[in-house]
Amino acid sequence: MSAPVVQEPDAGLPQEKPLPPLGTVGLMRWMWRQLTSMRTALILLFLLAIASVPGSILPQRGNNPLRVDQWLDENPTTGPFLDRLGFFDVYASPWFAAVYLLLFISLIGCVLPRIGQHWRAMRTPPPPAPRRMLRLPESREFTTSDDRASVLDTAEQWLRSRRWRVRRGETESDGSAWLAAEKGYSRETGNLVFHLSLILILVGVAVGGLLGWKGNVIVREGSGFSNTLTQYDAWGAGRLVDANALDPFSFTLNEFRVDFQRGEAQRGAPLLFEADVTYRDSPESEPERTVIEVNSPLVAAGAKVFLVGHGYAPRFIVRDSTGAVVFDDSVVFLPQDGNFTSTGVIKVPDATPSLGFNGLFLPTAALTEELGPHSTFPAPDYPAVFLSAFTGDLGLDEGRPQSVYTLDTSRMEQLGLESLLPGDTWELPNGAGSIEFTGFERWSSFQIAHDPGKELALLASVAAMAGLMLSLFVRRRRIWVKVLPAPEAPMGPAGTLVQVAALAKSESADLEVDVSALSDHLGGSSADERSAP
Amino acid sequence: MTSVQLAQASNAAVYATMVTLAIAMVFFAVSFAAGRRRPAAAAVPVAVESGGGAAVITRPPAVEDAPLEPGRRAANIGMSLTWLAFFTLLLGVVLRGVWAGRAPWGNMYEFSISAALGVLGVFLVLSIRRDLRWLGLFVVIPTLLWLGLAVTVLYTEAAQLVPALKSYWLVIHVAAAIICFGAFTLAAATAGLSLVRGRAERRQGTTDVTGWTSRMPTSERLQVLTNRVVAFSFPLWTFAVVAGAIWAENAWGRYWGWDPKETWAFITWVIFAAYLHARSTAGWRGNRASWIALAGWVSFLINYFGVNIFVNSLHSYAGL
Repeated sequence: MSAPVVQEPDAGLPQEKPLPPLGTVGLMRWMWRQLTSMRTALILLFLLAIASVPGSILPQRGNNPLRVDQWLDENPTTGPFLDRLGFFDVYASPWFAAVYLLLFISLIGCVLPRIGQHWRAMRTPPPPAPRRMLRLPESREFTTSDDRASVLDTAEQWLRSRRWRVRRGETESDGSAWLAAEKGYSRETGNLVFHLSLILILVGVAVGGLLGWKGNVIVREGSGFSNTLTQYDAWGAGRLVDANALDPFSFTLNEFRVDFQRGEAQRGAPLLFEADVTYRDSPESEPERTVIEVNSPLVAAGAKVFLVGHGYAPRFIVRDSTGAVVFDDSVVFLPQDGNFTSTGVIKVPDATPSLGFNGLFLPTAALTEELGPHSTFPAPDYPAVFLSAFTGDLGLDEGRPQSVYTLDTSRMEQLGLESLLPGDTWELPNGAGSIEFTGFERWSSFQIAHDPGKELALLASVAAMAGLMLSLFVRRRRIWVKVLPAPEAPMGPAGTLVQVAALAKSESADLEVDVSALSDHLGGSSADERSAP
Repeated sequence: MTSVQLAQASNAAVYATMVTLAIAMVFFAVSFAAGRRRPAAAAVPVAVESGGGAAVITRPPAVEDAPLEPGRRAANIGMSLTWLAFFTLLLGVVLRGVWAGRAPWGNMYEFSISAALGVLGVFLVLSIRRDLRWLGLFVVIPTLLWLGLAVTVLYTEAAQLVPALKSYWLVIHVAAAIICFGAFTLAAATAGLSLVRGRAERRQGTTDVTGWTSRMPTSERLQVLTNRVVAFSFPLWTFAVVAGAIWAENAWGRYWGWDPKETWAFITWVIFAAYLHARSTAGWRGNRASWIALAGWVSFLINYFGVNIFVNSLHSYAGL
């Protein structure tokens, strides 16, 4: 909170006395003081809040890369510009990192010196009673017949039993004596613990980022997965992860059970997702059967397997022009809407000639003018597929990686369109072969994640909350008791004038409660009590 | 009771709450308009002669001694009606939960009536220990608007929970968020009033203002009250966010993923953290801090309406 040292030639001051030059060290010190000031922390907090906003409005690569591409397609002018500035990966962008790193440097610069100060403050006895006790924000004055030493003894005992830190002063030459007490040191302790815990949370996040990995995989019913890199559809890892040394667990999806709301309200909303799996921690261990649900992941060998999605995989048998079976498998179709209108592609390079199909799977099929073929309910009440057949060059031989969900029809010729119900066979035109829709399986998608930093982050969060509560709920305050010989004592020579006063060291300290409770205990009954503003 | 009767009873309780609140609003408004200004909060010196030297004893005017000021009775009726509204709304929320067979926090309608309950609840709990009758009008009006929005725009028939919400964390995480909403709303109300009152104080050049703002405490005291409410709700909000992170780790495989809901929860947290820092920064304690508290509340609303309805988020459970 230091004021900036700024030279302003036009500030109306006579120019005879320019401030001495700061020098490099001075400048650095000045900058450090600026960075660690509360005002800077405030501004950085605002910047952090503002910098977080665009990531919630624009699609982000980390959450939804497909929608980022879509956005870029729809906005050819602003899109690439925003992309270059990191607006589609805000929370990994340099400017976002700059804000929170500056904030943390500011935090460290603010907190470290305060640890020393607090350490010294905790070992320093409270300061002596002020000369004018009744000037303090809260004070009482009353007379009692008890002698001065016993008043202070009683006060000390009362305060110590309430865990105040007490210091007894010497008796002064005028016969007065005092004691000072302070309470609520844990407010600052909590404050420091809170801020240090924030640093630990960041460390936990960093550990997870460097040593953690996560991947996504789609598994069809009856198929298996083993934890090696090649099995994943998508995989990402921190810099320090050895991708060839993943824990060798594996599982098979026996069945995926799903149920949907059929009533009027929220029709089609899912009611149940359950992946019935058999898993092994390692190839040597015994297989175990379990159920993975949305809120109960499978913990396998240090990693967690989460159920994140599901869909349909229609099954086809394709025969080519010679009548030979060239394809007999289920194909993963990706859901496009809440009713699981799903799209997918069948590629049959082994057929002569090569065949390709663009397909639409509809669990509850309907056909309307406006919407075309679409599904009206997510459960397979009336399943059907709509296929568009192509023949020609699939483009698989060029060595370019190709998505399994798109068909490059640029060098293919369309044969025709057909809709099929389970069991139907479509004899392709020109004797190109046939395709039979034999039924469907379900698939579920899993996110498999390993984050070694999360325990630290959780521990630090708990510590941060504990510290936060101390720093906000504990009231730090000082209280002084001063005893003087009562002037014109009405109760004889032993009369004592007692002054009790308190000072808040933090906001919202209820001083009145402390002062009146102690005064009452010392015998300041309401009759002879005087309090000061 | 059959399911249909439960549904009707829950809805009837919510409507009864709205009627009660509307009447309470009228009484609070009457009390506000009753003219005579609120006795200044500062202690009034009372000369008292006591033995052993002349001393001046000052104490706040005792409530029992003061003559019944105009509008006081209306405000008392308003408070009683607010208590009544709280209990009818509690009944409505509980019946809704019984009807749905789960915690009544599965869609925006249910969350909204619970949030209204949170606002009334935090206000009434605070009013037990201090005189908050002057605040009643500014609590009842937003609550009434909020409930009106809930029954007209957001209303959804009860349905079972989507699998992602089937977790005991729903109860913990959402309950904390609801109480926080109540507290942040109150903090925003007192912060807003402190700005209004502060302007009147500056215009008239005194903290002893005349006019309609005279019926509320000084801007300074309103700021202290705002600070206390935020100091209570900020740790709770931290807990709500951490509980959400634990749940997210269990449901989605990561404890923090910058989903829009998480992002805005973080923004709210940062803004209220800024508020608490502003309260101990010279030049920021007063009006600026009040503006920050209002901004924090707005970010909470953006998170609720904006993210639930307009943004594609993992938290989009509006049920609309």
